[in-house]
Amino acid sequence: MNSKENTEKSYTEQMRPDVKMQSIGLNAWFGQKQALKDINLTVKANAVTAIIGPSGCGKSTFIRTLNRMHELVPTAKMSGQVLLDGKDIYADEVDPVQIRRRVGMVFQKPNPFPTMSIYDNVAAGLKLTGAKKGKNLDEVVKRSLEQATLWEEVKDDLKKPGTSISGGQQQRLCIARAIALQPEVILMDEPCSALDPIATAKIEELIVNLKNDYTVVIVTHSMQQAARVSDFTAFMYLGQLVEFGETSGVFENPKNELTEKYITGKFG
Amino acid sequence: MNRKFTGDNVFKILAAVIAASAVVILIVTAYTLVSGSVPVLQRFGLGFFAGTQWNPVEGREIFGALPYVLGTLVTSGIALLIGVPLSIGIAVFLVEMAPKALRVPIAYLVELLAAVPSVIYGLWGLFVFRFWIQNYIEIPVSNSLGWLPIFSGTPFGLDVLTAGIILAIMIIPTVASISKEVIGAVPNSIREGAYSIGATKWEVIRHWVLSYGRSGIFGAVILGLGRAVGETMAVTMVIGNTIGPAAIPTSLFKPSQTMSSLIANGFLESTASLEKSAYIGVGLFLLLLSLIINIAAHVMVTRVLKVKGGAVE
Ligand SMILES: Nc1ncnc2c1ncn2[C@@H]1O[C@H](COP(=O)(O)OP(=O)(O)O)[C@@H](O)[C@H]1O
Ligand SMILES: [Mg+2]
Repeated sequence: MNSKENTEKSYTEQMRPDVKMQSIGLNAWFGQKQALKDINLTVKANAVTAIIGPSGCGKSTFIRTLNRMHELVPTAKMSGQVLLDGKDIYADEVDPVQIRRRVGMVFQKPNPFPTMSIYDNVAAGLKLTGAKKGKNLDEVVKRSLEQATLWEEVKDDLKKPGTSISGGQQQRLCIARAIALQPEVILMDEPCSALDPIATAKIEELIVNLKNDYTVVIVTHSMQQAARVSDFTAFMYLGQLVEFGETSGVFENPKNELTEKYITGKFG
Repeated sequence: MNRKFTGDNVFKILAAVIAASAVVILIVTAYTLVSGSVPVLQRFGLGFFAGTQWNPVEGREIFGALPYVLGTLVTSGIALLIGVPLSIGIAVFLVEMAPKALRVPIAYLVELLAAVPSVIYGLWGLFVFRFWIQNYIEIPVSNSLGWLPIFSGTPFGLDVLTAGIILAIMIIPTVASISKEVIGAVPNSIREGAYSIGATKWEVIRHWVLSYGRSGIFGAVILGLGRAVGETMAVTMVIGNTIGPAAIPTSLFKPSQTMSSLIANGFLESTASLEKSAYIGVGLFLLLLSLIINIAAHVMVTRVLKVKGGAVE
């Protein structure tokens, strides 16, 4: 029954090829508690979209609905649509595993796999799809680590555990792990919040470069970071999308009073 | 000396005394076993370990422990083969799959299995379970595959297989509940990382959860093995208790004997001092085996703690 609607949407999206993802009337709950209320947001392709807002406003919940990680929480529910290239990722026939391959994720706390080597951390996703050890896999691992600007630092230690490197390196390893699958979108949930300023600067530089190949959505607690790395900014408050627009506009000319208060540090 | 006898010091001394007494008990036990087995070891030497005969008749005494060492190893091995997959399955189900409402009652029931006295398992094995094994497994298998050495013999239900399965049931609570703790301690961030690169639930469990918890689960298995090796009563009641070469566990469907069941069956009735010494010698082997198993478990568990420490970094 939805298929006609979907076809129409795909058609609309085809007219706007610069839109990579879009949430339409998105609501999300944990048990009885509603965490997202009617979020309508577009994510532009090959751009960095930042989500800002005070703690608990639903930023993590929102980006976790973009790759169907939200539903892994036992009490989680959602309604509405999330389109990826114009197709609803929550349609019945869609396999969440495929979505998570197309929409990768980097978490707040670096979480490389402790039982795996640096190499295997990067190769793990490909091995799941049956990739065999060999030159090809070596190439992908190298390229992913290079793109994550980690290769030079770990190329002699590929056999060491993924947890044996510094926090900032671990986070770049997690970025390489996501990149290895050649996703279309990379979601980052406060990727620098556990890192020191130098490691943060490295990752911010990396994020800006990533948008040449990927679409990036980053949740951040830091408005400076949003201003530095993003092209678009969404401000969320109490589960709602309060303001969305080009980053310069949101920071220089906020339309909503709440946004202004937040970016001028009056609350949050 | 002018030291004050404070509460702290009293506690320290008390704790030291208690800790020391544990060591003392172990040493005294080991000493008793060693000195008690000197006569039989002097008389038969290595033959006491490698021999298969067991004859207490005066003038024709000969004692060899090998069949019972093998009996213990084989029944415990069967117990692990059957009990470990089941236990890990239960643990995975409880942590990763069961709805919250089922989790607590099932975990409780599994732990309750550990509270059943072993003589009850023995009774049930002897009067009920043995016939299930005999009628539904042994007779059909014997009819079709009886020519295979490990299925040879007359299926009677009081044998190596039944003992192994009863032991499997008895180690499940230990292995399952420790594995449950180990799996429950796997950080959720690892699962999330695996899901985020497109792993299915099954892959997450197999390649991440079980892999992260492997040394802990191995420790649980070793503790289960310790329980199986030392278990006496239930085994004695279902293993058939043969003596001498007949006790060598060559077939699943033949009766046998373990070290602990041998001691339980024979020690009180033994009269001659050499025979007593032989039982004590078997006890010494049993103690050594248990010590080795426990040390291995300890090493594994320490390694788990290290892995966890590394993951926190
Ligand atoms: N696993 C969960 N179970 C129950 N409530 C949750 C869970 N995760 C988040 N919440 C709630 O949902 C709301 C949004 O949380 P979150 O998306 O994590 O906010 P943010 O990332 O903006 O800090 C909060 O009120 C939080 O308490
Ligand atoms: Mg968050």
